[in-house]
Amino acid sequence: MPMTGLTGSRLRERRLALGLRQADLARAAGVSASYLNLIEHNRRRIGADVLARLAEALGIGAEALSEGAGGALRDDLRAAAAEAEAGAGAAGPELDKTEDFAGRFPGWAGLLAAQHRRLGQLERAVNALNDRMTHDPHLSQALHEVLSAVSSVRSTAAILAETEDIDPVWRARFHGNLHQDSERLAVGAEALVAYLDGSEQAEEQGIAAPQEEVEAWLAVRGWQADLAAAGDLASAAARSMAGAWAERAAAEAAAMPEAAFRAAWGAGGDAAAVARQFGVGVLAVLRRAATLPGSVAGLVICDASGTLLFRKPAEGFALPRFGAACPLWPLYTALGRPGSPVRALVETEGRMPRSYLVQAFCEVEFPQGFAGPELRHAAMLIAPQDGMAAGMAGGMTGGVTGGMTGGAVPVGSTCRICARGACAARREPSILSEGV
Amino acid sequence: MTAHVLLIEDEPNIAEAIRFILTRDGCRVSTHGGGVDAVAAVHAARPDLLILDLMLPGVSGLDILATLRADPATEALPVLMLTAKGQDRDREAAERAGASRFMSKPFSNAEIIASVRDLVAR
Repeated sequence: MPMTGLTGSRLRERRLALGLRQADLARAAGVSASYLNLIEHNRRRIGADVLARLAEALGIGAEALSEGAGGALRDDLRAAAAEAEAGAGAAGPELDKTEDFAGRFPGWAGLLAAQHRRLGQLERAVNALNDRMTHDPHLSQALHEVLSAVSSVRSTAAILAETEDIDPVWRARFHGNLHQDSERLAVGAEALVAYLDGSEQAEEQGIAAPQEEVEAWLAVRGWQADLAAAGDLASAAARSMAGAWAERAAAEAAAMPEAAFRAAWGAGGDAAAVARQFGVGVLAVLRRAATLPGSVAGLVICDASGTLLFRKPAEGFALPRFGAACPLWPLYTALGRPGSPVRALVETEGRMPRSYLVQAFCEVEFPQGFAGPELRHAAMLIAPQDGMAAGMAGGMTGGVTGGMTGGAVPVGSTCRICARGACAARREPSILSEGV
Repeated sequence: MTAHVLLIEDEPNIAEAIRFILTRDGCRVSTHGGGVDAVAAVHAARPDLLILDLMLPGVSGLDILATLRADPATEALPVLMLTAKGQDRDREAAERAGASRFMSKPFSNAEIIASVRDLVAR
């Protein structure tokens, strides 16, 4: 069975780069040259031990050979394929070759993924503009003014031009009306021009959803919210959201100073215990853990509808850019059980599944007291568990694995682009053959 | 017989122009500025033709038309609806509400005269 991944190709590239002959590498790794040849052409699966020996002979880590396309890139490509499928093409993209594609042509794959994202942004912008044109009261008011004035001018001017025997009193009256309407026309035209000038700005604002804008803004700042820099954001909505986030982050940083927080977290990385220690809410601790300088932990926050309000990705743990997330995320378990901490080991899908320790918690608020609605906010901290990422975490990945029973919970990103075949929680068929 | 046209239009200058051209064409024209008493004005005037602006302040021409069509006394009254150019949705809604004909602003005087003659002759 041919491998779908590109381990063989990477191996071959590496070997050629080192100037090694196939036979030499085969001997060094203790396999036959013909077997290595099959492996290099991706026609044989490689066992973990053979892979390790080959990697050693090539002087690189085994994971560098076996890593497929990055999770986020792969998911973007799948999402782009899903869109293409919706657009009905006879020859759709070769989904089984997604990783081959990303591996062989990383530049093109990146471009495709970036264009797919851009397409989504532009679609939103078009919708926003369309909404604006249809529902904007200023625009329809300005148009109505101009149309009314033009109607009056046209009709009145025609009367003056075509009625030869017009009574001087009427003529004076119509001249007056013309003058009046031309003034109105000037004002209305100015209002329209002002509106159209302003809509360039509106277009930019519509490009990214405010939430995405804020997330991108935080990401380039290492997730350190800076209230003073909120002015950089294009839309007023994003500025206001970023401002609220920054204010809360500052308050939480004050309540949980960095050094003290690191010490407390290092004692077990239990968000509920840390919350108790600082006398703050569990969500505040999860936010602090995810946004502490250098933290590699991801964070998602949702409201009672399950809508993701905040997304900080963790390396390798793909978060859906649009639409609903995987219903198996412990985030949603927590959402359904406010006040109960949920901790679980989860495993992503793919040929190289990665595991993450997640802690999720849901808090309930009554901003208008007994009379008002109950608001829920659930958060899930996603801490990478594999060696490399954990090493980079600077102790912020949370080492608590005790108290958990059973194996890792298999999760995905979102159903449409998830390859898990037999999933009881599936909402819709995947575009990937394994899932259909 | 002189046709009696009632014009419900909130723009005084448009109303004046229409009144002038229709009067010169031989109609008797009364005008009304629209508003909640528009339906009552129709009943009082008993016109042969109603020219009704779709966008009136505070009340929609569509509502006035629907009320008139629901009343046996005015259900057959020819109604020429004034709409804004390009507002296809408004036009469809007016069609459903029972408008006899449409005139898009900005209209030409000749168009108005032709439509009025046609509707009055029916």
